[in-house]
Amino acid sequence: MERKYLDFEKPLEEIDKKISTLEVGKKNGTVENVEDVVLLKQQLAEKTKEIFSNLSDWQIVQLSRHPNRPHTLDYIENIFEEFIELHGDRCSADDTAVVIGIGKFRGIPVAIAGQQKGRDTKENLYRKFGMAHPAGYRKARRIMKLAEKLHIPVITFIDTPGANPDIKAEEEGQALVIAENLMEMAMLNTPIICVITGEGGSGGALGIGVGDRILMQEYSIYSVISPEGCASILWKSQSAVEEAAKELKLTARALLDLGIIDTIIPEPLGGAHRDWSKAFELTASAIYENIRDIKTINVEQLVELRYQKYRKIGFWNEGEEKNE
Amino acid sequence: MIFKKKRYVRIEPKEKVEIKKDLWFKCEKCGKLLYKKKWEDNFKVCPYCNDYGRMTAYERINMLADTGSFKELWANMTSGDPLNFTGVKAYKEKLKEEMHKTGLKEAIVTGECKIGGISSVMAIIDANFIMGSMGSVVGEKFTRAAEYALERKYPFVCISGGGGGARMYEGVISLMQMAKTSAVVGKLKKAGLLYISVLTDPTMGGIAASFAFLGDIIIAEPGALIGFAGPRVIEQTIRQKLPSGFQRTEFLFEHGMIDIISKRAELKENIIKILKILYT
Repeated sequence: MERKYLDFEKPLEEIDKKISTLEVGKKNGTVENVEDVVLLKQQLAEKTKEIFSNLSDWQIVQLSRHPNRPHTLDYIENIFEEFIELHGDRCSADDTAVVIGIGKFRGIPVAIAGQQKGRDTKENLYRKFGMAHPAGYRKARRIMKLAEKLHIPVITFIDTPGANPDIKAEEEGQALVIAENLMEMAMLNTPIICVITGEGGSGGALGIGVGDRILMQEYSIYSVISPEGCASILWKSQSAVEEAAKELKLTARALLDLGIIDTIIPEPLGGAHRDWSKAFELTASAIYENIRDIKTINVEQLVELRYQKYRKIGFWNEGEEKNE
Repeated sequence: MIFKKKRYVRIEPKEKVEIKKDLWFKCEKCGKLLYKKKWEDNFKVCPYCNDYGRMTAYERINMLADTGSFKELWANMTSGDPLNFTGVKAYKEKLKEEMHKTGLKEAIVTGECKIGGISSVMAIIDANFIMGSMGSVVGEKFTRAAEYALERKYPFVCISGGGGGARMYEGVISLMQMAKTSAVVGKLKKAGLLYISVLTDPTMGGIAASFAFLGDIIIAEPGALIGFAGPRVIEQTIRQKLPSGFQRTEFLFEHGMIDIISKRAELKENIIKILKILYT
């Protein structure tokens, strides 16, 4: 895959290039000085640390959408020992924006559902940019009901700009299927772990995002509206995206503080896109720890705890008079 | 001639216009001038073009609950400011303004009442308060109302007209209210209690994609805008104009999303009919 660089990653591009030239040279025998590579790699690490120690919220938004970032199928292929993809919503279609299946995770049988983005234009059109139609939400629900029946945990991977906003989606009841998923997931008699790996876009993300443990990668985002959407509605100007990103509190760190997510999955230096295998390893361990934790809780209690978890979210004042 | 002109100038219409403003109402759709009292007696439906005006939560209560039976619950609850949202306008300021403008504390009113003599719990979204969007208070009061119904085994009726869906100023906290309210509807389902959802103009976004569409029986008023994505967002996505009637009640009815289209004047009667069949 061709490496792409965000504006603020540009300083890394130069060093990357130098390193690869030297490495190619080394292979061909035209370059002998190996120390230069070591030195450059050190320089790269330092520069990366410098850039990543001071990221703005808007930069994190850009990272969550990075073209080189691993997508749902990349995680699935790399962290499950076995995986069989299943298809269709048993009603109308097989939504390609959503991947479902069953797999083995460190010896445990699990059910999997996740939104899938494409890597190039052709793939993105096929995957609908990871924006599911009602068939996609039904497809995800179907695998969750299967998990409930078989008493196996559900793992969902969230990475979507949002639910598909087109005519077909409305005709088929986008609002209805998302609502049904929220209710079914809240009541599902089996453990659910949700992992936000990239963009957690509003109701479209939440549609497969209600669970016992919500894990979020360090440079992923979760928001009620995109910073672009928020800027255009409240500021009436796209130049306010950075400010909107900051106001929305959409980073993993902010959401952990607000009590919305349970765990931040650390990403390798420079972000998941710079070191996929490390990202898979870190994600797998976080999932494993959380599964191990909740597997000990009996299901009835787990569902009640899940209810209470969402029940208490919100910030309000009772007001002077207490009625009732 | 000159003398006559002077006489014209003397006319001072100011007072008359003010009186008119109080008594008359101009229909937003057909532009006809309506006698306000008559329009309100007709539940804010224009007798000429049948356009449905937006009712406030308390007007809804007067229309649906048996006279004098409504006992409001958690009336003074107000929203916090979890994100400390400042932006173009601070959320705290926005809330104050909206309270002043609408006389409401939030976009939802909840309470216990009788409908056709049957004890029920009602939650009403008021679209006048920040577009009837769902923040912490809407989520919490809806959830409490549903739990209240659960404890007493009362049927639960919700009137939802929320234009903006989620409330941006509360960020993900607002999004999570979708999960919270859907979860409590799940509890009603498990307990075998009836939940009637009435969709009014407009029911969109986060409200549509949570409790509004989870009704066991879904009633909608004619011509209401109902859907997930806003029409403008869809137009921008597909880059073409939307067909007329798209995302309107009748369109949704045709697609099997709604049980009953009810004229506003018959709404109470229709709800009572359902309650009578199941609860008497």
